[in-house]
Amino acid sequence: MKRGTVTGPILGALWFVILATTLCIVMSFFTGALFRPVIWLALVWGAGLGLAMIYLRKPVWGGIVPGTAAALVLASFVGLSPIATGETVGPLTRVAVSVILGATFALSQLRITQNCPPGPLTRHEFEAAVIRFLTGFGYLFFTAIVIIPFYVMVMTSLKSQQELLQNPLDFSVDLSKGWGLLRSYDELFALFNFGTYLWTSFYVSVLTVLITLLFSVPGAYAVARLRFAGRAAFSRSILLIYMVPMIVLALPIYIVFSLTGLRNSIAGIVMIYPVTTIPVALYMLQGYFRGLPSEVEDAGLMDGLSRLQVIWKITLPLSLPALASVSLYVFMIAWNEFLLAFMLLDDPSKFTLTRGVTMLNSSEIPRQHLMAGAVIATVPIMALFLGLEKFMTKGLTAGSVKG
Amino acid sequence: MTSSSPPKGTGPLARREARLAWAMLMPTIISVSLVVILPLLAVFWISVKPIGLADLRAPTPIVRESLRGRPQAAGDEGTIEYRLRNSSQDKPITDVTLTDTLPTGLTFQDPDPRCRLDGLNLFCDLGDWEGGARDSVKIPVTVSQAFLDADPDLDDTPAQMTGRSENILLNADFTFENFARIFNGKEFFAVLYATLFYTIVGTIGAMVVGLFAAILLNKSFTGQGILRGLFLFPYVAPVIAVAFTWVTLFDPFSGSTNALLIQMGVTTGPINFFGQRPLALIMVTVFEIWRYFPLSFLFILARMQSIPEDMYEAADMDGASPFQKFWYLSLPQLLGILSVLFLLRFIWTFNKFDDIFLLTGGNAGTRVLTVHVYEQAFAISNIGAGAAVAVVIFVCLLLFSIFFFKFISREEGL
Repeated sequence: MKRGTVTGPILGALWFVILATTLCIVMSFFTGALFRPVIWLALVWGAGLGLAMIYLRKPVWGGIVPGTAAALVLASFVGLSPIATGETVGPLTRVAVSVILGATFALSQLRITQNCPPGPLTRHEFEAAVIRFLTGFGYLFFTAIVIIPFYVMVMTSLKSQQELLQNPLDFSVDLSKGWGLLRSYDELFALFNFGTYLWTSFYVSVLTVLITLLFSVPGAYAVARLRFAGRAAFSRSILLIYMVPMIVLALPIYIVFSLTGLRNSIAGIVMIYPVTTIPVALYMLQGYFRGLPSEVEDAGLMDGLSRLQVIWKITLPLSLPALASVSLYVFMIAWNEFLLAFMLLDDPSKFTLTRGVTMLNSSEIPRQHLMAGAVIATVPIMALFLGLEKFMTKGLTAGSVKG
Repeated sequence: MTSSSPPKGTGPLARREARLAWAMLMPTIISVSLVVILPLLAVFWISVKPIGLADLRAPTPIVRESLRGRPQAAGDEGTIEYRLRNSSQDKPITDVTLTDTLPTGLTFQDPDPRCRLDGLNLFCDLGDWEGGARDSVKIPVTVSQAFLDADPDLDDTPAQMTGRSENILLNADFTFENFARIFNGKEFFAVLYATLFYTIVGTIGAMVVGLFAAILLNKSFTGQGILRGLFLFPYVAPVIAVAFTWVTLFDPFSGSTNALLIQMGVTTGPINFFGQRPLALIMVTVFEIWRYFPLSFLFILARMQSIPEDMYEAADMDGASPFQKFWYLSLPQLLGILSVLFLLRFIWTFNKFDDIFLLTGGNAGTRVLTVHVYEQAFAISNIGAGAAVAVVIFVCLLLFSIFFFKFISREEGL
C-alpha cells in the first residue's frame, strides 16, 4: 500500500475527480452552460497521470504542465475528456477548460506527491502526501461553501425575473445593460423605503452600542476590580442570563409592549436591544479589565484620583481596543437582530432593515428583490468587518468563551 | 501592648468599595431584571393561564354617535342616537358609563331614563354588560336654524365610555391545560426529536468542520489572513440574508442547486430540499453547521496558535509522524477548548430560533422547541401554551447550565 506507485495513482485519481467537479461547478455557475464531470474517465486520467508523475518530475514548465494540458485537449476532441460539455459550449471554451484542468492538476499533483519515490514510502512521506492532498481539498471545499451562497446572492439580485426562470444556473452578467443591472436596488430604495430602513437600522444599532457601553463599562469594572460580597455569584449569573433564549423572553415582552403601546415603536426596540447585549458586553469587558495591570490604577489612586477618575483617565484609555471590539460585536448583534424586530414591528414606516427584508419574502415580490435586500443588509456589516477585521475577530472570540 | 492578629470583619474602606461596586452594577441589575428576570417570571405565570392572543385586548365598550331623522328645517324633530356594543363576544364589562357634550342649538326632550342631562353635558349609567351585549341610547331633539347653519360634526366632541372589565392576566384563573396540551400526543415527541437531532448533530458538525478549517489555516502563508476573513463570512452576515439565500439556492423550481444537480446527472427530478421529510431537518442542520463553523474555527485556531512550538520540535526529534503529532499532541491540548465549545454551542443551538423559522417556518418535520413556542403562541394564538413550551425550554436550559458550571468551572476556571 505505502508505495509511491500505489499512493500516487490513488491520490491522483481522487484529486482529479475533485478538480474536475470543481471546475464543472465553477464553469456552470459562470456561464450557465452544461459542464459535467465524467467520473470514471476522471478516475482513469487521474490514476494514469498520477502514476506518470511519480516517475517524471522534471521539467515542470517545459514538459509536464504543457504535456498534461495537451493530452487533455487532444482527449477532448476524441471524446475521452473527463469533462463532458453541452452543445452550446464552443471548441475554444473546451480547449480552455482542458488546459486549465491539465495545468492545475499537473502543478498540484506534483506538489502532493512531492517526495514520493516509486518504491516503498516511509510513514512520514506517505502521511505528508495524504495531508497535502487533504489540505488542497480543504481549501477548495471551504472556499466553495463560503463563496457560492454569497455569489448567488449578489448575482441573483442583478438578474431579471425572466432570466432567472429561464436558466437558474446562468449567473453571467450582461454588462451592456449598464445601470439597468441595479434595477432591483433602485426599486427597493424608490418603492420599498429601503433608504429609511437603512437609516433606522443604523441609528438603532449605534444607540444600542452607546447604551450598552454606558451600562456595561461600570458594571464590568466593578466585577473585575472591586471587592464585594457576591462577586463570583454575579459573574456567573451574567453568563447564565446570556444563555436565556430570546424566544422565551419575547413572549412576555410582546404582551407588555402590546398592553403599554410600545409595540410598533422604535423607542421600544431601543429599550430592548441593549439589554440583550449588556450581559455579553459586561462579560467581555470584565475579562479585559482583569488583564490590565492594576499597578497603574493603584498609582492613580495614590496620586489622589477617585475611583471614577481612575476609570475615566486610566482604565478607559488603556482599554480602547477592547471597547472597539465590544462596540463592533454589539453593533453586529443589533444590526443582524431579527426575532424582536419581527415580533414587535408591524408598521412598514418603522421597520429596521432585517424586518424590511423579511417583508420581501412573499410570493408576490420577485426573488431578485429579496436578494437585493439581502445584499443591502449584508454589505454594511461586511464592510465594517473587512475594514476592522482585527477588532471584530477579537470581539467574536471574546464574546463566546474566555480564551 | 498591640494585638498581632489581623483585623476582623469589614473595615470602612472595604465597605465603601462594596458600596461603589453595587452602585456601578445597579444600572445593569435593574435593566436586566426588568427585561430578563421579570419576563421569565411572567412566562411561568402565563403558562398556567388560559389565555389566547385575543385576550390581550381587554373588552371595552364601543360607541357610535349619529343624528337620525334627517332634520331639514328649523323645528324639525330628530334623534341623537348612541349605538353601543361590547368589543368582546364573551367577556362581561361592569359599570358601563357614557359621557358626552352635546352640540348647541338643539332643544332636548326627555332623554333615555338611564341618562341625565345637565346643560349640554350628558351622563348615562348603563349598568353591567354581558359578553357580546349591544345597546343604544336615544335622545329626541328639535333642531334650530342656528344648528342647521353651523352643521356641527357630532364627532367633534367624541363620546367617552368607561367600564370595568377583568384582566385575564391578573385574575386568579389557573389551569394546567396548557401543559397537558403540549405534552399530549405525538407532536411533542416529534418536536423533541427534531430539537435533539438539530442540536446534537449541528453542534458536533460545526465543531468538526471548524476543527478542520482551523487545522487548514494553522500555518502562515500568503493569503492566510484573507482566507481567515473569508471563513468568517457566514457567521458575520445577517441571518436573514444567508437564510433567504439558502432558500433561493435550494428552491425546487428556480434554485441553482437543483439545476446543477440535474445538469450533472445526479438526480432526474427537482428535489424539494426544505419541504420534505427527513431532508428538511438534515438541510437545516447543514445550514446550522455552515453558519456556525466559523465560531468554532476561530476558537480552535486561537488555541492552536498558543500551543508551544517546542512540543512539536521535541516530537520531531522523537520521529513522530504528522498524524501522530496531531493525535497525541494537538488533540489533547485542544480537548479543554473543545469541551467548552461543545457545551456552549450545545446550549446556543438548542436556543436557536431564527434560522429554522426563516428556512422552513418549522414545517416538514423541522419544528424545534423554540419554533414550537412561536407556533403555539402566534400561529395557533394560544399564548398560554406557547409559554408552557417556553417553560419546558427554560427547565432544559437550567439543567444544561448546572452541568455546564459543574464541568466548566473545573475545565476553564471561569
